[in-house]
Amino acid sequence: MELLLALGIGLLVGCGVWLALASRTFPVILGLTLIGYAVNLLIFFGGRIGASAPPLALPGATGLADPLPQALVLTAIVIGFGMTAYFVALALKGIGESGVDAVDLPASRDDTGEEP
Amino acid sequence: MTLFLPLLVLLPFLGLPLLLVVDRLGRRAVAVAAGATMLAGLGLLAALAPPVLAGDALVLWRPWLPDWGLDLSFRLDGLGLLFTLLIYGIGALIVLYAFYYMPADDRLTRFLMTLLAFAGGMLGVVLAENLLLMLLFWEVTSLTSFLLIAYKSKYHDSRIAARMALAVTGGGGLALLAGILLLGHIAGSFELSVILDRGDLIRQHRLYAPMLVLVLLGAFTKSAQVPFHFWLPNAMAAPTPVSAYLHSATMVKAGVFLLGRLYPALAGTELWFLLVTGTGAVTLLLGAYLALLKHDFKGLLAYSTISHLGLITLLFGLDTPTSAVAAVFHIINHAVFKASLFMVAGVIDIQCGTRDMRRINGLMKYMPVTATLGIVAAGAMAGVPFLNGFLSKEMFFAETVAYPSFGGYGTFVLPAIATVAGILSVGYSARFVHDVFFNGEPVDLPKTPAPPPRFMRLPMEVLVAIVVIVGVAPQLSVGWLLETASAAVLAGKAPPIKLAVWHGFNLPLVMSIVALGGGIFYYWRRDRVFTLHERYALDFSSPVAFERAYNGATAWARAALARLDARTLAQYAGLFLGLAILVGALAWLTSPAESSGAPLAGPLPLTPVDPVSAGAFLVLVLGVAGATWFVAERLLAILFMSVAGLVVSLAFIRFAAPDLALTQLSVELATIMLMLLALRFLPQTGPAERGRKARVATGSVAVGAGLGAAALAFAMLTRPFETISGYHIENAKPLAGGTNVVNVILVDFRGFDTLGEIAVLAMAALGTHAALRGARLRAFVRDAASAADRYPIMLRMLMQPMLPLALAVAVYIFLRGHNLPGGGFIAGLIAAIAYVLQYMAGGIAFASARIRLDFVLLLGVGLLVAALTGVASMVLGFPFLKSAWTYVKAAPLDDIGLASSLVFDTGIFLVVVASVLLVLTELGRLHVVEPALRPAGRAGPEPSPARAPAEAEG
Repeated sequence: MELLLALGIGLLVGCGVWLALASRTFPVILGLTLIGYAVNLLIFFGGRIGASAPPLALPGATGLADPLPQALVLTAIVIGFGMTAYFVALALKGIGESGVDAVDLPASRDDTGEEP
Repeated sequence: MTLFLPLLVLLPFLGLPLLLVVDRLGRRAVAVAAGATMLAGLGLLAALAPPVLAGDALVLWRPWLPDWGLDLSFRLDGLGLLFTLLIYGIGALIVLYAFYYMPADDRLTRFLMTLLAFAGGMLGVVLAENLLLMLLFWEVTSLTSFLLIAYKSKYHDSRIAARMALAVTGGGGLALLAGILLLGHIAGSFELSVILDRGDLIRQHRLYAPMLVLVLLGAFTKSAQVPFHFWLPNAMAAPTPVSAYLHSATMVKAGVFLLGRLYPALAGTELWFLLVTGTGAVTLLLGAYLALLKHDFKGLLAYSTISHLGLITLLFGLDTPTSAVAAVFHIINHAVFKASLFMVAGVIDIQCGTRDMRRINGLMKYMPVTATLGIVAAGAMAGVPFLNGFLSKEMFFAETVAYPSFGGYGTFVLPAIATVAGILSVGYSARFVHDVFFNGEPVDLPKTPAPPPRFMRLPMEVLVAIVVIVGVAPQLSVGWLLETASAAVLAGKAPPIKLAVWHGFNLPLVMSIVALGGGIFYYWRRDRVFTLHERYALDFSSPVAFERAYNGATAWARAALARLDARTLAQYAGLFLGLAILVGALAWLTSPAESSGAPLAGPLPLTPVDPVSAGAFLVLVLGVAGATWFVAERLLAILFMSVAGLVVSLAFIRFAAPDLALTQLSVELATIMLMLLALRFLPQTGPAERGRKARVATGSVAVGAGLGAAALAFAMLTRPFETISGYHIENAKPLAGGTNVVNVILVDFRGFDTLGEIAVLAMAALGTHAALRGARLRAFVRDAASAADRYPIMLRMLMQPMLPLALAVAVYIFLRGHNLPGGGFIAGLIAAIAYVLQYMAGGIAFASARIRLDFVLLLGVGLLVAALTGVASMVLGFPFLKSAWTYVKAAPLDDIGLASSLVFDTGIFLVVVASVLLVLTELGRLHVVEPALRPAGRAGPEPSPARAPAEAEG
């Protein structure tokens, strides 16, 4: 089972990175989402997989899962949505201003220097 | 009383919002507010002063970052008192002056706010007890002075000057940081009280020399000592109130203040004498010499300031008790007469439209009162008897004579330098007076000079009155102040001070007479000086070398960047990822022998694979691979991705995390809606995809990252671990009154984290809102079928009764969250999705008309509710966000358990609902500018979403 989970995480990361390194915004958003899944799973599995019961502190309950990684991941999932939304907004803003679906600005010299 | 000490520093910063508030009432109100802030500071100082004048130092100490030695500690002693008086007193006058000086169409608010911020920084420097804290404020003065010098930012000169001042004083600040770190290391503390007591230890330490050099670099750059003096004349590009405040009375005095502050700890060595006296002497002479040669009278004043700062530095370097007293006295005197001179200069500048003394002549006739004020102040600058400058200059002469050093002819070195400097300063003062106020008629002025407004003169009158009063009755007027300040500089070893105008006929008096006579002669023969200077002298004043070095460095940096920087995100990210993979692999391969090559698998036995999990894994592979492969087919890719997300939520269920599964599922829904909404604005075609080489590089990084992550996960999963969750599980019920430990952790144990996290969510939503508000985009995808039947009536009919149902589910999930899977996050997502379904079914306008909620407001309310819950427990005397749940027992709903953390959870709920809805409605509301791919058969503009309901209704 452990190997299976590890492979799943690896697959998510690999494909996520491949997509995230693209030059257009849509694959980047997709890739970051996949990487987000992988990272959430990795943190979640920080509590290991042996547990048999959800972390409800009921009387007599045994084999509870580790609640701490779950709490961490729960907020991470929601924030992940916020970040995805923000990426999408940036992508749309970029399209609105440059007309192209590109991650990078078209090559041009930015004018940071003071004229002599 | 000591408790109010920080307020003395904070007052100007508190004035900043005040200025913003009164901004709409006009510039007079703004000036009054700024002036009132300064005067309030003076009042507070007066209230705090009595114990200080009695010889005590007020110290307030609060730990801040004790591990770094950085504490919030303030100290008001004699020296601090003197400077605080100067900063607030002259500050109040400057505000009045600036009100008249700044053009009426200028934003006075911006100017005065920067000035107040500067004053606050300066007060922090002089009142900090902790040296690191002082350094923080030191940087505040550097930055705000940059803003003030560059105030007229549309002029190239101002920008160059500001950059130069920042580079020099900021660089000095870095040196000072290093010096102070060394000093703290030597003394074992950054607190002044400790450092000032350990002078002997410090002076004998082997790091004394480098530390001293670094600290002095900071002081000398700030106080414009040669060779760092060149920024000050250039800084005259600033508006004149700035020059009068920063470049005469306050900021440039920060350097000499530092000399005085650390005097008991650092002074008294050969090295101190050589560096400080030597630099002071060179600066004194060079500044005085160059001042005469300036045709711009502000330039003359700037070089004169440099020269006087050199004089003060020289006096500190002599390190006899009486010389330190003379230095402090000259700090006071110079601040007063130089500030008034700058103010006079500003008046002339406005009235004449130029600052060139070859054209400005004979102003005595045009503005007699201002001219008289200027003449008196210039007299003090020259050292004319019965004016304050005379007294400290006399003391300076006396110190140089009395200094026991060199021997033989060397005895005459210091007195000779002093006399020459005296001659030169009389010379340039004479030029200022004679050229500007007499010497015939003005030449070709842009406008006819007229007297300034009555109250613009008031600050000058006050300052010049002080010049005269101190000059006539020194002991009576400033004796007390000088005594307190000197006592602080000399750490209680101050000699008795007796200021008097007449000391009898002695050598210093002879030197004064020689200086006055010689100076007038020197000015009379100035043409020869000009000729000689033009023929032989290097241009000391020119910042050309600095500019050349600066431009060279930036050009080099830009060229280097151009080589390294491919300007694509993919390359940066790929590079970093690749490096991270390499470092990780290296660490694993070279890990120490006891883990014997660190086998990937740990000691835990592997668990067998069950068929359902294997099946889910295959589905995951399908989803991920599909999303990657069909990325060009956007809709398909999104569907595949959601399959992957679904498997992730299944994994959460399989491994006993129902909360996570619920969250993941609802987020998945929201994400898909988000993507679908965005989809039609994404162009189908775009910039060329990567070439073959880039594909190989990206591919290897991706494979490496995937293998690395898999290895990491496998290694982790097969190793035992210790959890700190035992505490949470055991105490969830007894301490927080809930059984769902995940929820208890979120709203109670780690409530503060959660507060931060919902704040992040709110920020992301607001950022999205800000980026998209009013954005106009072309629609790239237009499906004829969906456009024709936008809002299916069946869906709407179905969805309307669904809303209360879904909301009821949300409430249920919310209420049970403390004990069973659920809680604010999940309930919020469910409620948001229920609402979004209404939007989908009826259109934005249809739903907006029925759901009257301002999501931004709701976001704020949610955050406020969450934060106030925490504050409430603080008010009751518990730690932030400590929940009270014993209250529950009395509640009728004992099944649910009403803990106070439920209120906090309500905040979470509101933030989540508002964030999701804000993002999705903003995307849905996006205006379509023009239909891009309109099918051939259809004419007329596409209905915008705003107009859609009419169509849907019809």
